[in-house]
Amino acid sequence: MEQQREAGTLGMWVFLITEIMFFGGLFMAYTLYRSMNAEGFAAASHQLDVKLGAINTVVLIASSFTMAMAVYGSQTGKRQLLLVCLILTMIFGAAFLGIKAVEYNTKFEHHLFPGAGFKWESPEHDPRLAQPARMFFWIYFAMTSLHALHMIIGLGVMAVIFYYAWRGRYSPEYHAPVEVSGLYWHFVDIVWIFLFPLLYLIGSHLH
Amino acid sequence: MAAETIHTSPRVHYINANYGWKSWLFTRDHKRIALLYLASVTLFFFLGGAYAVALRLELLTPQGDLVSAETYNKLFTAHGILMVFFFLIPAIPAVLGNFLVPLMIGARDLAFPRINLLSWYIYMVGGLFTLYALIAGGVDTGWTFYTPYSSAFSNTHVLAVGIGIFITGFSSILTGLNFIVTIHTMRAPGMTWFRLPLFIWSHYATSLIMILGTPVIAITVLLVALERILKIGLFDPALGGDPVLFQHLFWFYSHPAVYIMILPSMGVISELVSNMTRKQIFGYKFVAFASIAIAVFGFLVWGHHLFTSSQSIYAGMIFSILSYAVSVPSAIKVFNWTATLYKGSISYQTPMLYAFGFIGLFLIGGMTGLFLAALGLDVHVHDTYFVVAHFHYIMVGGTVMGYLGGMHYWWPKISGRMYPEGWGRFSALVIFVGFNLTFFPQFIAGYMGMPRRYYAYAPDFQVLNVMSTAGASILGVGYLIPMVYFIWSMRYGPVAAANPWPSPSLEWQTSSPPPTENFEETPIVTWEAYQFDEQMMASSQRSAVSDELPASG
Amino acid sequence: MLWQLPFLPVQASTFAGRVDTLFLFLVALTIVVSGGVAGLEFYFAVKYRRRTPDEVPPQVHGSMKLEVIWTVIPFIVAMGIFVWGASVYFTLYRAPKEALEIYVTGKQWMWRFQHPDGQREINELHVPVGRRVKLLMASEDVIHAFYVPAFRIKNDVVPGRYTTTWFEATKSGPFDLYCAEYCGTNHSGMIGKVHVMEPAEYQAWLSGGAVEGSLASRGEKLFQEQACITCHRADAQGRGPLLNGLFGSRVALQGGATVIADEAYIRESIVNPQAKIVAGFQPLMPTFQGRFTEERMLELIAYIKSLGAPPQAGTSGAGAQGAASGVATPRPSQTPK
Repeated sequence: MEQQREAGTLGMWVFLITEIMFFGGLFMAYTLYRSMNAEGFAAASHQLDVKLGAINTVVLIASSFTMAMAVYGSQTGKRQLLLVCLILTMIFGAAFLGIKAVEYNTKFEHHLFPGAGFKWESPEHDPRLAQPARMFFWIYFAMTSLHALHMIIGLGVMAVIFYYAWRGRYSPEYHAPVEVSGLYWHFVDIVWIFLFPLLYLIGSHLH
Repeated sequence: MAAETIHTSPRVHYINANYGWKSWLFTRDHKRIALLYLASVTLFFFLGGAYAVALRLELLTPQGDLVSAETYNKLFTAHGILMVFFFLIPAIPAVLGNFLVPLMIGARDLAFPRINLLSWYIYMVGGLFTLYALIAGGVDTGWTFYTPYSSAFSNTHVLAVGIGIFITGFSSILTGLNFIVTIHTMRAPGMTWFRLPLFIWSHYATSLIMILGTPVIAITVLLVALERILKIGLFDPALGGDPVLFQHLFWFYSHPAVYIMILPSMGVISELVSNMTRKQIFGYKFVAFASIAIAVFGFLVWGHHLFTSSQSIYAGMIFSILSYAVSVPSAIKVFNWTATLYKGSISYQTPMLYAFGFIGLFLIGGMTGLFLAALGLDVHVHDTYFVVAHFHYIMVGGTVMGYLGGMHYWWPKISGRMYPEGWGRFSALVIFVGFNLTFFPQFIAGYMGMPRRYYAYAPDFQVLNVMSTAGASILGVGYLIPMVYFIWSMRYGPVAAANPWPSPSLEWQTSSPPPTENFEETPIVTWEAYQFDEQMMASSQRSAVSDELPASG
Repeated sequence: MLWQLPFLPVQASTFAGRVDTLFLFLVALTIVVSGGVAGLEFYFAVKYRRRTPDEVPPQVHGSMKLEVIWTVIPFIVAMGIFVWGASVYFTLYRAPKEALEIYVTGKQWMWRFQHPDGQREINELHVPVGRRVKLLMASEDVIHAFYVPAFRIKNDVVPGRYTTTWFEATKSGPFDLYCAEYCGTNHSGMIGKVHVMEPAEYQAWLSGGAVEGSLASRGEKLFQEQACITCHRADAQGRGPLLNGLFGSRVALQGGATVIADEAYIRESIVNPQAKIVAGFQPLMPTFQGRFTEERMLELIAYIKSLGAPPQAGTSGAGAQGAASGVATPRPSQTPK
């Protein structure tokens, strides 16, 4: 059992490293294009709603806290704590996705999705920055939607864990799945901690 | 290692333990999964080979007269994609690795058996997408699908192939993950890191590359797909994008990928050289650490594919110097293998012939890498047949020879039967001759200036091309022969002993074929890797009771 | 070294001999090392072949000394080869200051050449022997590569930027030109010839054939068609920076950075003017992306290069006329529109 727990944990760490490499390519593209288009990126970043982004950050950090409490609950046999904290984690996760959906909707309404309908023409948008802004927005959508996809998968995993916890499967002797899912959840949180300042806060100290 | 508990032809082993297609398609036994992979990679190998035959036929004449230019471009693209992603990268790890890693470390199975099966299914799904794309009309971007041609200009099924490669990449990642966790956490008592067979060290190093590198090709393919669908402009200069960024992203994975292709084969060669000469590998620790060094350094050299791409010359210098650095661990291995032969007891059986072939051909391939890493010289030979010859020497003269040598060596363990030794040696020879005739002339053609991916070429190159095509036909025959006799041997081959060579390695201390649970009792390891001493040989010999010992020497 | 061995392509540039020397050294090294190892393998294989089925040989435990020797020596040799290769490379990549400049445009699936005096060629390039030739290359579509085996030169031609290569031919004759970066259906057909000519012949070729005016004069036409003159006035009263004497000089940008005004800078300023704004000017210039082909872009750049010092004693930096060997067109007087 111990060996299986060890194996499972190691396996999840290895998997998370592959995830870092996966997101890494997008971070690289971001770095390259931001350095080439600093002003355009700052102007586009300014279009994002920092308030909503900050709320989302807090929501995710809270969800990581409840997740850690859930893991603690499983380690110490506190089934009630485990169940409640799993539910809270899922609520926070769903809230994050909901807020993200609202943000995306706003972006579509303002024609900021970098597809055929992209418009960067209203008075406060400097027209010469249209091209770098478009570049920013596709990176924004690519990174946040990839992140959101991982969140959705995370919610699915939480649901499964909750089901088994409800059925009483976890105990101080066997709680590896909870720990391992916790690791995944924390990873998804950390990716957001990087995304938030890089996407939402470019040049914000200048305004 | 009680001899009494080992049977030569056990009544129940992993092959006959269950019958029915469900017991195979839903198996969790790493050995059965290895056989599933064996069937698939063999299929892809011959399919990729068929494309190669077609393109070599076109190249018999300088004019483009057999197929159209478009078709030719699709032929070499299909050959590259099938061979790289569906044969070279998975073959040894997924067939030999899956089969042997648990056995060699004394474990019952891999750490995550269901993920192992999932790996195979993912591989098959990716393969199906790719086959669909090829049947639906093919792709003409080359396996390297450089932008902006692939992202904005090609009218072929780039998306479908991209999806196929994206999916198959996860198979690689999961296999690597499985191996790393297994090797760390499931070694039998007494099996310390430095008692591990070098095959395990190689697969560990390979797994590191698989998990770190593959996600990058995944994101690269995704970006090309997004560019094609949404015209985002990441690689389109008119929209502010940079086509050379693609090359960096692509080669960041694809260079380490070639180490994924060669390291497992080197692991096989370590096993073959030591076991077929009954000597511990000279410089075991050096060979083990060289594998890790290759994996690490392999990530630092991708820019040597970009020397003429408009990359900065200072970056070029850094990549060149690092490329020379990465050649040293490979050289160390070759020297250590050769030194192992000294004062050994060298058998001439088929696996050893493949090992000899590997060492010679890999060495030539590796030395020609030195030509390519030299900046001033690469300018002339980049994108010519010189490069084509270089990588085929390594991948075919190296990886495929190692794969075949390993298949012969472990065939008794896998199937419980011996392959026919005479035919084995004959086909090894045919392959060696065919291979050199196919690819050596390409070095010359390349230096003379024949570019790659040309379906019509200047008449001066014709003689070299005819030689190459002739060699390819011989090589093709050479590959078909083992296919035939391996299948034949499954029914008609002589029954193999548990440990026919014999070897002290753990996988041979159980029956051939092994039972589903691998070992009847968890082995306790008290001997060093490749410990060939009288006592070891004697106890191995006791288990090698069989109708017919393979002829030696 | 100028040995002409049978399996080497003809050496037709000042560069080729150096590349071949390195190549032949590596061939020799490969023969020695591979031959040595293979020979040793063979020798061991025969001498230590298994004689009885049960024999167990004495075990040899490795040797730190040998490991060090065969690590250090290959490493040193490898570093030596690196230095040699890098020095050959530097020669190729440091384009010479004085050279005949020819503009190359690669497009699917042909090579177009523009000579400074206005001659245009497709797939055939005429150059004089014994003279340095610098190629400024652009792509209209995908990545191509300009490769002349006899000169041992090759460089990618990348859309969205300029790449350069140079050579000095040492022999006259026709030499094969190939595209060496896969570019689609007719990649194998994107080939041509470089015709190296003796000086007299070259002069004759230059003066024969209809020519619509020099590269720079065609560029001037485009300059007027596109109304660049509206803002880039010669009297420096326009909304855009003065272009006389610009080429080769150091430009002060907004934000404090400076940049040398080379071909790449000029091209960027035309297709993406907001990327670098000159200090003291407003970001008013519209983009001309997609308005004309890369070939015409090169003509425009040739024109700008030909603009000498400004009419008044100016701030011109490095002589615009020195950088290119193109024809120095006397600055016509401009009357505002």
